[in-house]
Amino acid sequence: MTVPWALVDGWTVTRRDLMHWLREPAPVIIGLLFPVLMVLMFGFLFGGAMAIPGTADYTEFLLPGMFAMTMAFGMEATMIAVSTDAQRGVTDRFRSMPMSPSAVVVGRCGADLLNSVAGLVVIIGCGLLMGWRAHGSVGATLGAVGLLLLLRFALLWVGIFLGLVVRNPEAVGAVQILVWPVTFLSSTFVAPATMPGWLGTIAEWNPLSSTAAAARELFGNPGWGGDSWIAEHAVLMAVVWPLVLVAIFFPLSVRRYQRLSR
Amino acid sequence: MKPTIVTEGLRKRFGTKIALDGLDLTVDAGTVLGVLGPNGAGKTTAVRILTTLLRPDAGHAEVAGFDVVRQPDRVRAGIGLVGQNAAVDEALSARQNLELFGRLYHLSTAAARARAGELLDRFDLADTGGKAVKRFSGGMRRRLDLAASLILSPKVLFLDEPTTGLDPRGRTEVWAAVRGLVAAGTTVLLTTQYLDEADQLADRIAVVDTGKVIAEGTPEALKSDLGGDRLDVVLHDAAALPGAAEVVATVTGARPETDADARRVSAPVRDRVAALTDAVRALHDARIGVEDIGLRRPTLDEVFLHLTGHLTGHGADEEVPA
Repeated sequence: MTVPWALVDGWTVTRRDLMHWLREPAPVIIGLLFPVLMVLMFGFLFGGAMAIPGTADYTEFLLPGMFAMTMAFGMEATMIAVSTDAQRGVTDRFRSMPMSPSAVVVGRCGADLLNSVAGLVVIIGCGLLMGWRAHGSVGATLGAVGLLLLLRFALLWVGIFLGLVVRNPEAVGAVQILVWPVTFLSSTFVAPATMPGWLGTIAEWNPLSSTAAAARELFGNPGWGGDSWIAEHAVLMAVVWPLVLVAIFFPLSVRRYQRLSR
Repeated sequence: MKPTIVTEGLRKRFGTKIALDGLDLTVDAGTVLGVLGPNGAGKTTAVRILTTLLRPDAGHAEVAGFDVVRQPDRVRAGIGLVGQNAAVDEALSARQNLELFGRLYHLSTAAARARAGELLDRFDLADTGGKAVKRFSGGMRRRLDLAASLILSPKVLFLDEPTTGLDPRGRTEVWAAVRGLVAAGTTVLLTTQYLDEADQLADRIAVVDTGKVIAEGTPEALKSDLGGDRLDVVLHDAAALPGAAEVVATVTGARPETDADARRVSAPVRDRVAALTDAVRALHDARIGVEDIGLRRPTLDEVFLHLTGHLTGHGADEEVPA
């Protein structure tokens, strides 16, 4: 059996990104270290002032949130890569070639997931140095990592869609600014219970909160102890939310890609 | 023999803006068609439809015998596209780019490497080594772009404003490369806003305005449509323009155009040498100081002005680049 061209071509496109990493490592390294900076900032700078109900160990609470946030930040890299290619005409060249049409997104997906795995390894390593530990079984730990990557996979399609819509790497900066409040408005750093009621509800329903809470549960780290339906079904929602995002943004991205020609 | 590129009644609109309004083109095998028109005339839209990037709203287009809407894969296998941007990976070297695209054209690793080497030599890029494309000059980038379009030696090549944004040296480089391809038998459709570019490279020119072909023919034929040669008189002193215009009108029997900035009077002539000698004598008799006088073929700028009533580069809307 021959390997489908979509995968062969997809791997070629992924390799192109890997070549970028080798040729221009600075942005990749900064991308990998940025979440570390955030952890240090929240762990040591603000950490002393953070109080999570039911636990004295903020680091144990913080790290799973930071893992989820690292996945969310990856979306920006996806957006920049996609919009740069679209603007420079590289996407048009791919589309005018007799290659597999899905290879461009398959390749993007492969490269960004590899990048995310690297990002997770770095931030988990940082957490281990700070005293964070996974207390659950091996299966539960792998499950948590899987849910984190699932979130990244879902946000990949959001990133591809936004990158194709914006199509201007400079304007991506504006979208990045919007990503921040969305990532902060969650249970990543603080307990939603400490926010005004309506804001806390939004934070609880943020897909990032579900993944963070599910990771805390599976890693055996302290949660913030919410008793709403969404807080009590974190693992379920950490699966459902990404699937919903994929169901929405995968078709939108494909449609957008096919109609790139405006 | 069937033409290599045919479009019939191509229509495309974006919202309320009509980009193509029934475009008809034919390009015979091995020839170069220059599609000439201002920004917003629909040139890029036509190229995007022919290269399967965009679907037409109506009409029919075939490239190398295949329908661009129904057989896009067959079309893609036989074409090369050089868009307005140099569509190559800026972070990679020239060789890495060509090998990457070669792999995506489904060449084996060894074949992609060999082909990249050939193309680097042919386009004079072999000495760029590991340098990233972002550090290339505009002309080098465009040559690499051309090379990447030629990995499979396509029968048909689309060049969408291939020299826009290049300095004169870059233009000359790209022109030389295109001439080489044409000599090797490639069929080329080239869009341009530059009249001299169409004149230099094209066998036939289709003048496009507001999504339609408004004139078509060889560069020579288009020029003679305008009434053949022109007499140009450049004066020492702009103040003498009205007097000189009167003299030229009498000699040629045509209404001359005057250009105060260039201190020039110009008019179409039929009887070339007689008109020239008569004009020299009459201007001398009228004691009008002449700096330069001569006969010349009309420029395509004049052809365009004559056909559309407006000069090139004054199109209503900016054409959105690819």
